[in-house]
Amino acid sequence: MRGAMLILLPLVAIPSTALAQDHDHSPAASPVAEADAQAKKPEQCPADLQPTGQPTDHSAHGAMAMPTCPAAAPAEELDDGSMDHSTMERSGMDHGAMERHAPIPQGPPPPRAFEGPAHAADAFVGADRMAASRASVVREVSGMPVFWFQADRAEYRARGGSDGYLWDVQGYYGGDIDKFWFKSEGEGSFGEKPESAEVQGLWSHAIGPWWDLQAGVRQDLTGPARTHAVIGIQGLAPYMFEVDAAAFLSTEGDLTARVEAELDQRITQRLILQPRAEFNLAAQDIPELGIGAGLDSVELGVRLRYEFAREFAPYVGIEQEWKIGGSADYARLAGEDTSLTNYVVGVRFWF
Amino acid sequence: MSITSLTDGPALDRRKFLTRTAGAASLIGLGQAMPAWARGDHAGTLARRGSDVLAGERLTMTVADAAFATGDRSGPAVTVNGTLPGPLLRLTEGQNLVVDLVNNSSMGTSIHWHGLLVPFLMDGVPGVTMAAVEPGERFRYEFPIRQAGTYWWHAHTLQEPMGHYGPIIIDPADGDPHQVDRDYVVLLSDWSPMHPHAIMKKLKVGEAPFNFQKTTATDDYPLTGAERRMWARMRMMPTDISDVSAPLYTYLVNGHGPEDALEFAFTPGERVRLRFINASAMTFFNLRIPGLPMKVIAADGQDVRPVETDEFQIGNAETYDVIVEPTGADAYAIVAEAMDRSGMGVATLVSRPGAQAQVPPMRDPPLLTMADMGMNHGSTGNAAVEGAMDHSAMSHGATPTTSHAASGGMEAMDMGAMSMRDTSLLPPSVTVGPGLDMVAMNPVDRMGDPGIGLADVGHRVLDYKQLVAARMNPDMRRPTRMKEIHLTGNMERYMWSFDGQKFSAVTDDPIRFALNERVRVKLVNDTMMAHPIHLHGHFFELVNGAPHGHQPLKHTLVVQPGGSAQFDLTANAPGDWAFHCHLIYHMHSGMFQVVTVRPLQGEIG
Repeated sequence: MRGAMLILLPLVAIPSTALAQDHDHSPAASPVAEADAQAKKPEQCPADLQPTGQPTDHSAHGAMAMPTCPAAAPAEELDDGSMDHSTMERSGMDHGAMERHAPIPQGPPPPRAFEGPAHAADAFVGADRMAASRASVVREVSGMPVFWFQADRAEYRARGGSDGYLWDVQGYYGGDIDKFWFKSEGEGSFGEKPESAEVQGLWSHAIGPWWDLQAGVRQDLTGPARTHAVIGIQGLAPYMFEVDAAAFLSTEGDLTARVEAELDQRITQRLILQPRAEFNLAAQDIPELGIGAGLDSVELGVRLRYEFAREFAPYVGIEQEWKIGGSADYARLAGEDTSLTNYVVGVRFWF
Repeated sequence: MSITSLTDGPALDRRKFLTRTAGAASLIGLGQAMPAWARGDHAGTLARRGSDVLAGERLTMTVADAAFATGDRSGPAVTVNGTLPGPLLRLTEGQNLVVDLVNNSSMGTSIHWHGLLVPFLMDGVPGVTMAAVEPGERFRYEFPIRQAGTYWWHAHTLQEPMGHYGPIIIDPADGDPHQVDRDYVVLLSDWSPMHPHAIMKKLKVGEAPFNFQKTTATDDYPLTGAERRMWARMRMMPTDISDVSAPLYTYLVNGHGPEDALEFAFTPGERVRLRFINASAMTFFNLRIPGLPMKVIAADGQDVRPVETDEFQIGNAETYDVIVEPTGADAYAIVAEAMDRSGMGVATLVSRPGAQAQVPPMRDPPLLTMADMGMNHGSTGNAAVEGAMDHSAMSHGATPTTSHAASGGMEAMDMGAMSMRDTSLLPPSVTVGPGLDMVAMNPVDRMGDPGIGLADVGHRVLDYKQLVAARMNPDMRRPTRMKEIHLTGNMERYMWSFDGQKFSAVTDDPIRFALNERVRVKLVNDTMMAHPIHLHGHFFELVNGAPHGHQPLKHTLVVQPGGSAQFDLTANAPGDWAFHCHLIYHMHSGMFQVVTVRPLQGEIG
């Protein structure tokens, strides 16, 4: 087989200098300069052999629609001494000869690669100076910590009875994996004390490509002042749902939970319809807060926003709230509605 | 060939440069009042467009804060010697070069000589080869010029996207084999009025905030409902082509935006050499000169056997030299279309001043394909790889890899049975964590790929497999070792890395090569974005099927989404070398590593 190939291949005599057999050739020697030195070697492809165009059919003729020119035959000292099939041109062959070699083994670097200093510039620039520079560059090219603040909902709520307001903001400071994450929401009617208001301070830790595990505290600012331990997850679910689910254990021993999900449905590049759902749950009755065990309340809403900038988007929307089960019973006892429709106008912004 | 001095202006002996505007049009704007908000740190003068020529053995390059304006955009910029881009260095192979870098700006700076073979201490990478040159400081670079061709220089800091870059031409010592009548630099860049720090932050916290070509309920993308749901299920976007593009960027040719109407003069019948340099921060360009075929004669400064084409995609930091012979029309548009087709840079070849060429309309934005998802079913030319493919996961035969390949094939696939993040496919060298959102299922060699969106444009498009080195490479040894490196990322968190680890995690674990070791490096792209990967201090040889000894030399290699690419390297430059993605915000999000070549021998300082 090899003999046949040798017959097929026009052999070209090669001066031994044409091949880099000296494995320790000077590092200062430039590949380019050496290539230049090769420029007039007889193994050069004649300059008038210039390919034109490109193959349109990649299936049959290999990758190169090049006119052939004799390639260098290998010297016996090269490599392992075996015939180097990669000297074959690819014209008319399905596979480059390179690919018929036994695979090149993967392996650790040779021991020589571990010789010498860890950081080559230290001896020339100064170890302290380089260490400081290195630290600064490590910081700069590894994702610097960032601060983010978002008002997802900041709105005026028109409804039966007195109109009200709502805020739902969050933000973080931190790196890719660990962040300090804060959240605050609250609502009320104009001219009255807020019905509810809370702040949360959380440590947020990335547990996967799309999910953060969050743990921290929540402080209620209205009603009977309560503090809760918080554990939850926040992230992006399949089909692009933004999900925030958390459980709260209060200093009174009450266990509650909240699950929120939003989906951005782009109508145009700037007009975005955002359906939103929120479910509140409780493990037990909490009479002083009017919360019944089980599903406590449900909110379903939809907001239509226009992103004048990605960071600034006024919106209009409608949101329906229901109290469920025991919570509905408490509401009726207090003479309150068990369901409420809010017509909202607000602004979503982040920086 | 006379050497141009700084005071003579460009030499006009057969080589005419037009890196500055012909005529006084470039002075328009110099008298404008600067917008108030641009006055803070960047109360410098308005940058002049285009490059002056610096030639000789001793040069001074002075960095300064500035403002820049093009079209209706203006904002902070950085200039070198007062221009954007900075000066063209016109050098000769074999000369010595001394450059005094003077930092009059308000930020740390450096100059990296992209593609030049220099002792590592001269490579200009803060944290690796030097400490950043702080405001008010100076730094002297000194090294011999050991090569010829088209290269470029740029800061290795976040000054780069603000205008700290410029072209390099090195004339061969023994004369240029390409006899041309005119020789022009065409340096492409993307300039934004927004500060790089702000862009970086918005990429981190926003959801593809600069992309205004997303799928919507009212778009014209050829996607079925099932395909749209499949993308949504994966939590990915088929329109995720470029992270930052025309909504923020103005695409410049030698510092000139489309409105600045840059002209390159020619006389019909002349041979014109165009040295395309992609000096942009975040933009792949599709280059065309409608009506003119281009003969590619060099890639990354290294001569290749001439190959004629109608279009080519150029990744960040790559350079391509082409020869054109315009005749028949009095103007030809040089069109640099951003890969996501949100905008373009435009200049014109003109046979008389003011001649107009038809600028083609923007083509439809491309979509990512099955191949970009790492599910290429096409031929790899490698039976072993073909055989290793898991056909059971696929419900049917070959999927086209056209820009609309998402249509047809995807619906018939049971996406539910497939994991887009099967980490069992990864080698142990890859760290699995939150920074890795997908794993290419079948990352085949895509070096024959013309680039995103160019698979079916109806004319000739260059790909890496058409490149053949014009001269024989000096090191013919077969590599003794294969080193596989995965390109990994998380689009949602905007984290990018090699082998799942950002630079901060591997600062004491560099990629190690022994001096003069012959290594084959396989880059596997587990992300759905194309990454232009640059290794400092070396040229490597693309494993592209070129004849033995004629594998093309490059310093920067685009690895297509969901695919792989291989190069052979002779690690003959002792020292520490940066290795990174040249999309600058990918580099600054973790896609950066250091390659060490040991032991340190010979001339390194």
